[in-house]
Amino acid sequence: MDLAFTKEEQAFREEVRQFFRDNVPADTRRKMVEGRHLSKDEMVAWWRILNKKGWGVSHWPKQYGGTGWTTVQHYIFNEELQSYPAPQPLAFGVSMVGPVIYTFGNEAQKKQYLPRIANVDDWWCQGFSEPGSGSDLASLRTKAERKGDKWIINGQKTWTTLAQHADMIFCLCRTDASAKKQMGISFIVFSMKSKGVTVRPIQTIDGGHEVNEVFFDNVEVPIENLIGEENKGWDYAKFLLGNERTGIARVGVSKERLRRIKELAGKVESGGRPILQDPAFREKLAACEIELKALELTQLRVVADEGKHGKGKPNPASSVLKIKGSEIQQTTTELLMEVIGPFAAPYDVHGDDGSNEAMDWTAQIAPSYFNNRKVSIYGGSNEIQRNIIAKAVLGL
Amino acid sequence: MDFDLTEEQRLLKESIDGLLTDSYDFESRKKYMKEKGGWSKAVWGKLAEQGLLGLPFSEADGGFGGGGVETMIVMEALGKALVLEPYLATVVIGGGFLRHGGSAEQKAAHVPGIIDGSKTLAFAQLEKNSRYDLFDVATTAKKKGAGWVIDGEKFVVLNGENADTLIVTARTKGDRRDKAGVGVFLVPANAKGVAKKSYPTQDGLNAADITFTGVEIGADAAISEDGLALIERVVDEARIALCAEAVGLMDESLKTTVEYIKTRKQFGVAIGSFQSLQHRASDMFVAAEQARSMSMFATMAGEFEDARERSNAIAAAKVQIGKSLKFVGQQSIQLHGGIGMTMEAKIGHYFKRLTMIENTFGDTDYHQRRVADGGGLI
Repeated sequence: MDLAFTKEEQAFREEVRQFFRDNVPADTRRKMVEGRHLSKDEMVAWWRILNKKGWGVSHWPKQYGGTGWTTVQHYIFNEELQSYPAPQPLAFGVSMVGPVIYTFGNEAQKKQYLPRIANVDDWWCQGFSEPGSGSDLASLRTKAERKGDKWIINGQKTWTTLAQHADMIFCLCRTDASAKKQMGISFIVFSMKSKGVTVRPIQTIDGGHEVNEVFFDNVEVPIENLIGEENKGWDYAKFLLGNERTGIARVGVSKERLRRIKELAGKVESGGRPILQDPAFREKLAACEIELKALELTQLRVVADEGKHGKGKPNPASSVLKIKGSEIQQTTTELLMEVIGPFAAPYDVHGDDGSNEAMDWTAQIAPSYFNNRKVSIYGGSNEIQRNIIAKAVLGL
Repeated sequence: MDFDLTEEQRLLKESIDGLLTDSYDFESRKKYMKEKGGWSKAVWGKLAEQGLLGLPFSEADGGFGGGGVETMIVMEALGKALVLEPYLATVVIGGGFLRHGGSAEQKAAHVPGIIDGSKTLAFAQLEKNSRYDLFDVATTAKKKGAGWVIDGEKFVVLNGENADTLIVTARTKGDRRDKAGVGVFLVPANAKGVAKKSYPTQDGLNAADITFTGVEIGADAAISEDGLALIERVVDEARIALCAEAVGLMDESLKTTVEYIKTRKQFGVAIGSFQSLQHRASDMFVAAEQARSMSMFATMAGEFEDARERSNAIAAAKVQIGKSLKFVGQQSIQLHGGIGMTMEAKIGHYFKRLTMIENTFGDTDYHQRRVADGGGLI
């Protein structure tokens, strides 16, 4: 047993860090630190910088533009990216549809989509959840009917993250209504600019616009936009969700936030002294840091295990990572709320549009707290994660 | 970065697990508890035979030169089997003082007896008002000629009944809560003026309250006259060992509980088919895994160069272990239902040992404060 990273790994961390220092636009970093939303242009600009460096799709196979890094290097890259902080690559393209296409797609599809995903020439969104299909995803009803050389798609998706920016969607559609529910589903990709696609914003409790409803009304999609085999979409969806393991604990995000909490708590007064010196607050903070350290170690155990023994069977600890990672992220936003106390209340009338440069640093703290309630819901709610542990690990 | 055991470590684990599977089922444990001092001389002899009592000592001292990971492996196994024998008191703590602070003569006098199993030790540290502060010592050691005279009272000394030698903290100068002047002495348990009152503890071990009245010892009995740093180092190693023991206890508690809810039927089905119980068991798994991570972290932190970093890491581990063991322990009883409340069922005994570990060498609040005072971990 050994906690230390090798010299090469340490040098790699330094290289990554230096690259971020030199290349992440200052405004992008500032907005992330303050918990503000970034514009589409800001995100795309950064991702193209990453892609130019060759790090845009780091975990893809080398032949499609990946880096060939070790598991530990990926871990280091992610941690540094999260804690710098800088935006992580657009998951819907890079971590989700990309791997499905290079694993199950045909040559033409690989050629057509992969380079555009890497350079974010297309912004992708995910058409999985439906109003009646959340955790029970396989009950989805959006239909794709074959008509000549086209699919005709009808139905509705929801919680579609950043669909307002999207050029493309990958969609689970029912293609065989008579089959058992997991069996008759296909994985189809198409342009969000297609006739019959309507995007309606959903405003979330933080006042932000991250998610949308997407409606399909007789959308015509070329037949060759099916990925893999017809009615095998459920397998690809499971593959895609299983891939989403790297960085799910978001240890770097929480570390960055804890640093911010300490910085702010050193300035904000309570009882005539910085709240950082308040014993009750300090102990809560310490409790959170300890939980995070335990999570970091659990994550390292998974990383070391994958690095040594290959990915093979999904490590049961990945459910631990999701549950504890989300809980700790939420705790950090609670601590920030505690730091600002009564100044959490003022509603930020300017939003994120940049019109108020002097906006007080407190403005995004309450919204960020509200917004972070999502992290124990998305990506398989924490209750679903507990089901997974009960079945897959404990055999219940 | 690597969390795997080496081939040798894997063999060590197999060997101790095998030994305990053969000689430490729950019924045997009840018998061992009734022997003098509350544990089995025969089992202790087997541990000696397999070289486990000499594990952490250097080869020059007749041991095997094992490190933190080896002790972790042993302590986890001892926890899993709910072992009563005084490995912590004798090998980890007693051995720790000798290894880190003992003179060549002291080592020669005590280490061979530890390794061959003929001698055990006990750590007489806790006082009526000291709680978890290791420097808070009212017991005195006064110079007399070339030697020392010890006066004071020590409480809950684990293995106090059977120990041949007591390692006693006593003040050589200053006031009760001064950090300077805390000495460490080797006192023969049969020395004149040593009075013991021994009793079983809640978790089935054995301890003694010990009074020292004008106990005269020689100059060679002092391991240190001003030894707080040494005490902290050894107690940190004891905390690391307790974390590993707790991980073994939690593993076994979770396993036993999951087996139980798979077989216990109510309303015509196994109660483990109910989602509320499944989620509870999953949360127990999460708590146990987080504890395992921190036990490994503490084990490796034991070798950190930077003292502040080291003690912060070990304190953090004790916090995580304290929180996890409370949850896993309590929920093990809850999921067992009424049967979990009985002395007859093994699960309650795991819960009791876990509970006592939380309050040994600093509880969760105590260590959380240490982490906060130490500037945190980020």
